[in-house]
Amino acid sequence: MKYLAALPAFIYPLVSLSAIVGIWFAAVRLFVIPDYLLPPPWQVFDLLVNGFVDGALWPHIGATLVETLGGYVVGSALGIGLGVLLAESKMFERFLLPLLTGLQAVPKVALGPIILVWCGYGVASKIVLVVLVCFFPLFINTINGLRRADEDLLDACRAFSASRAFLFLHVKLPSAASEIFGGLQIGISLALIGAVVGEFLSSQRGLGYLVSSASVNMSGATMVEGVLLLAVIGMCGAQMVRTLHRHVVFWESRETRTESRRRRGKMMVWEG
Amino acid sequence: MTAANGRAVGGPVLEPVPVAFTAENVSVCYQTRKGAIEALRDINLDIMQGEFVAVLGPSGCGKSTLMKIAAGLIIPTSGRATLAGKPLDRPGRDVGVAFQKPNLLPWKSVFDNVMLPALTLGLPRAPAERRAMELLALVGLSAFSANYPAELSGGMQQRVGIARMLLHDPQLLLMDEPFAALDAMTRETLALELQRIWLGQRKSVLFITHSIQEAVFLADRVIVMSSRPGRVIDDVPITLARPRNTDTLSSAPFGDACRYLRGHFQ
Repeated sequence: MKYLAALPAFIYPLVSLSAIVGIWFAAVRLFVIPDYLLPPPWQVFDLLVNGFVDGALWPHIGATLVETLGGYVVGSALGIGLGVLLAESKMFERFLLPLLTGLQAVPKVALGPIILVWCGYGVASKIVLVVLVCFFPLFINTINGLRRADEDLLDACRAFSASRAFLFLHVKLPSAASEIFGGLQIGISLALIGAVVGEFLSSQRGLGYLVSSASVNMSGATMVEGVLLLAVIGMCGAQMVRTLHRHVVFWESRETRTESRRRRGKMMVWEG
Repeated sequence: MTAANGRAVGGPVLEPVPVAFTAENVSVCYQTRKGAIEALRDINLDIMQGEFVAVLGPSGCGKSTLMKIAAGLIIPTSGRATLAGKPLDRPGRDVGVAFQKPNLLPWKSVFDNVMLPALTLGLPRAPAERRAMELLALVGLSAFSANYPAELSGGMQQRVGIARMLLHDPQLLLMDEPFAALDAMTRETLALELQRIWLGQRKSVLFITHSIQEAVFLADRVIVMSSRPGRVIDDVPITLARPRNTDTLSSAPFGDACRYLRGHFQ
């Protein structure tokens, strides 16, 4: 155990991953599973390499990335913007909060077919769907974060004649930052789901399209290939948001880090 | 009162002593779901220019409410509060505050926290920066100006709060149990430091505390408040010589004053 502890942290999940691939390999070999149910790992690997080399995969990856990121950026900006507006203005809150809270209960992907009819079968409709699914976590977390600002801290600044703009920029917004990043974290994974669901519904391009059309053709290797690529995109996105979170909200990760040093081994602490 | 201020009595010209803060028949009621709560009733209080006034009372006597009125954060339900003769309807520019919690901005360095009043009041940057460095030296934290509050101990954070309170050179200092959350030794050190700063700059101070010793040690006058609703029940001048030091704590007059004040809470 002592020697194991000296290894860098990223080794451990790699070991588990190799074990899973090993079991997959062995299962396909031992139980003679048909390709359309579970393709052997080498077949998926070949498909991936060929796809990248002959360039057939790139348009799919590109389409899914554009839909996911475009919708994510627009949806997050709208969510944060409207959250700020409602948290800072009683009037907007009265007019809009009940409506938006009601809308939140609607499963956004159910709006997919309507959005397709409105925005066509191209990239635009997927972006709109992604905007919708990303909006709510950002909107809700922004409002909660801004309201969570320490009243004593606000009073202390008010006693030094701080203006409303100062209180917002220097106290409320930094207080909300961690919660907003929590929303961004949820948003990035929902964005990918939104894009894939949109592609399932109807499209000619994208990793979601790749998987759904492969399912029609009973092409197991292509399905697994698509899912693997989506997994990689999802993990990269989440990791990027996490890194950004740690750098922007540096004052909280500082505390988290000292805390986790104290508690290491006793419980799981998020370290990014 | 005049004698307690150390001001000349019966001199050739009797100048009116400028008043830093007054409360006239101030009452405050809070509306809560269970009905109105009377926090303060008919408070009358004057703080003269350069005077150190401690307000002493049990917890829940409305001391903090009184401080928030002086800070312009609460408008009295009835009565009148003035700052240097002007009615108090917003936070005064010439006022510095410190609280029981240091209330520093965790995302700003120690230096930027001390600079906060310069930002909120729109003071010229260069002289304010110079003063911030001087004040950090005054509270012994020059070496920590680039650190963040979370990296400092409670006592050090409180010192940062005191430096911030002094940045814009305010005439009136409002301190709400600033040392209450600290350990006894840090408390004593900071009380001595506060006295040293006060003796050098002679500001008017409203110092809220629930410690009898702290009140007697620091103040020219101790105002005693009763608990709910908060009322002024005594106004005691403290005539101990300054600068007071650790020997003062064991002197007979100090003990007498403490004993007298303790009588109110038994």
